[in-house]
Amino acid sequence: MTDLLLSVRNLRVELSTRREIVRPVENVSFDLRKGQTLGIVGESGCGKSMMLRTILGLLPRGGRITGGEILFQGTDLLKLSNQQLRDVRGRLIGMIFQEPMTALNPVMQVGEQIAEGPVAHLGYTKKAGRRRAVELMQQVGIPDAARRFSAYPNELSGGMRQRVMIAIALACEPQLILCDEPTTALDVTIQDQILKLLVQLQESTEISMIFVSHDLAVVSQICQSVAVMYAAEIVEIGSVASVLADPSHPYTLGLLRSVPDFDNVKAVLESIPGIPPSLVEPPEGCRFRARCEFAQEDCASGDFPLLFSDGERASSCIHSNSCREAAQADPIIGSRVR
Amino acid sequence: MGAASSLPIPLTSDDLQRGRGARRISPNLVAGSIILFVIIGLVIAAPLVTSYSPTALNATQALLGPSLHHLLGTDELGRDEWSRLLYGGRVDLEIAFLAVLASFVVGTAVGCLAGYFGGWVDVIAMRVVDVILAFPFFVLVIALVFILGPGTKSIYIAIIATDWVSYTWIIRREIIAMKRHEFILAAAALGYRHIRIMIRHLIPNCITQAIVYSMSDVVFTILTIVTLGFLGLGVPPPAPEWGSMMSDGQQFITTHWELATFPGIAVVIAGIGLSLFGDGIADLLRVE
Repeated sequence: MTDLLLSVRNLRVELSTRREIVRPVENVSFDLRKGQTLGIVGESGCGKSMMLRTILGLLPRGGRITGGEILFQGTDLLKLSNQQLRDVRGRLIGMIFQEPMTALNPVMQVGEQIAEGPVAHLGYTKKAGRRRAVELMQQVGIPDAARRFSAYPNELSGGMRQRVMIAIALACEPQLILCDEPTTALDVTIQDQILKLLVQLQESTEISMIFVSHDLAVVSQICQSVAVMYAAEIVEIGSVASVLADPSHPYTLGLLRSVPDFDNVKAVLESIPGIPPSLVEPPEGCRFRARCEFAQEDCASGDFPLLFSDGERASSCIHSNSCREAAQADPIIGSRVR
Repeated sequence: MGAASSLPIPLTSDDLQRGRGARRISPNLVAGSIILFVIIGLVIAAPLVTSYSPTALNATQALLGPSLHHLLGTDELGRDEWSRLLYGGRVDLEIAFLAVLASFVVGTAVGCLAGYFGGWVDVIAMRVVDVILAFPFFVLVIALVFILGPGTKSIYIAIIATDWVSYTWIIRREIIAMKRHEFILAAAALGYRHIRIMIRHLIPNCITQAIVYSMSDVVFTILTIVTLGFLGLGVPPPAPEWGSMMSDGQQFITTHWELATFPGIAVVIAGIGLSLFGDGIADLLRVE
């Protein structure tokens, strides 16, 4: 596979605080091809955001990578020096944050912030950086870009700020953009505009994206493939169409069931019973066991690696068949297959 | 904040374009600016304001009371008091502003490094700060001037060596709070160097308090210089300086009160001007 852009292999991360050790990323592996968008879905605290930070080598204090590799264009990012890593950040891999208000410098003009990347990484002059910033602001659909250049973040609406964030991420023409719930903090209508913008940018620039979200609907809108994360592990991975239509891990099924169904207003919104396990002392065996309707005795011990059914489709559930049957029987999910 | 200001005020289109534009130019700022402008103007334009040299001795003209020729009279060596007051202001204000500026720069740099990197950089920097803060300020300044010997250079060194710690203290605390913000993580995610993150992203967000403090610090530093002058550790004679003028004048306080009083009034007016200006700056820079 020559068009492989990013390949994460058996990544493990450990966070030690004063009292305990948390393992927010355990044995995570996935591939991302050029021009592809991978969605990562999961509940809050399942390790999605930590994984993005790990890719950029920006773990919080006490964070440590205990195993695995992150191959970006064949180079292991974990083996790079700080200096080399700085050249990767921003220049080859960009990042879009969840809350554009806090992720922008409040006392710097937004145009300056967009121009900073090209000036710092690509040796642009101040003037050229400014031109580039205005160009990018137009590209991400900020009206009246030349005048907005000198606006401060608090003068812009949430949607405009997120467009600024996107422009900053795009400024050095990276090959990969990591999106950390970029639409969660926005109104639904604005959310839709931003998603459309991301899809459109991806089509025009062939940039690859990793899109972290807790919202399956959003992921299905812009991603080609999806990885479902639960309690620091990837439990199911595959193309968006196949995972959504034919979930083969009970957690994915639970997530799908808990998406509101507006065609069937009477239906009670389902939720997955229980809470995710502690990442300090995760339970033996399958981590979803305690909340799973298909759990059997053999789920209580052993390792649960991803089992590949065909090239790209995998689930860590050893009872995936009963899960799939239940999915087919579900009127809403089943209807997607038919 | 009166009741009226809590009512929603319709924004003009100008406010909408520049939300930060709605800044408060307070009366304090106006008054402080005017006082400072007059003082600094007079001091800089001293040769135009007075035709007397501040150092020329004239024994026949000693201890003349105020008159049209000598607005504030002359001192015991026949030097024009008004002229000495103006040229003395030059010395006091120049040392105060430059020493505070240097303290500000050094203190901010050290505080920023300590707060940003933490760890042993922080430990070392803050222990040095603790040691300097452990001494009473004046004791340390006087001791340093005494060791280095009187002279302008000693005064600069003594003030900067003791004063930078205030800025380190202020800035470090602000940096520690600020570096947890997401935009600093975002800047790191963009691959910017530490120095760029500090100068372009952290310091501009942390500097307000230090700027406000520096205004009152100038007042305090003027008082320090004047005190040193009064104690005979200041700028060496014959150069005019407010503190030594007060010291020299006090022996004639019963017959020529103006000699000691006017330098004192000059210090008070400069202090009031700077304080008002500092208050105004604080209002202006207050984070919304």
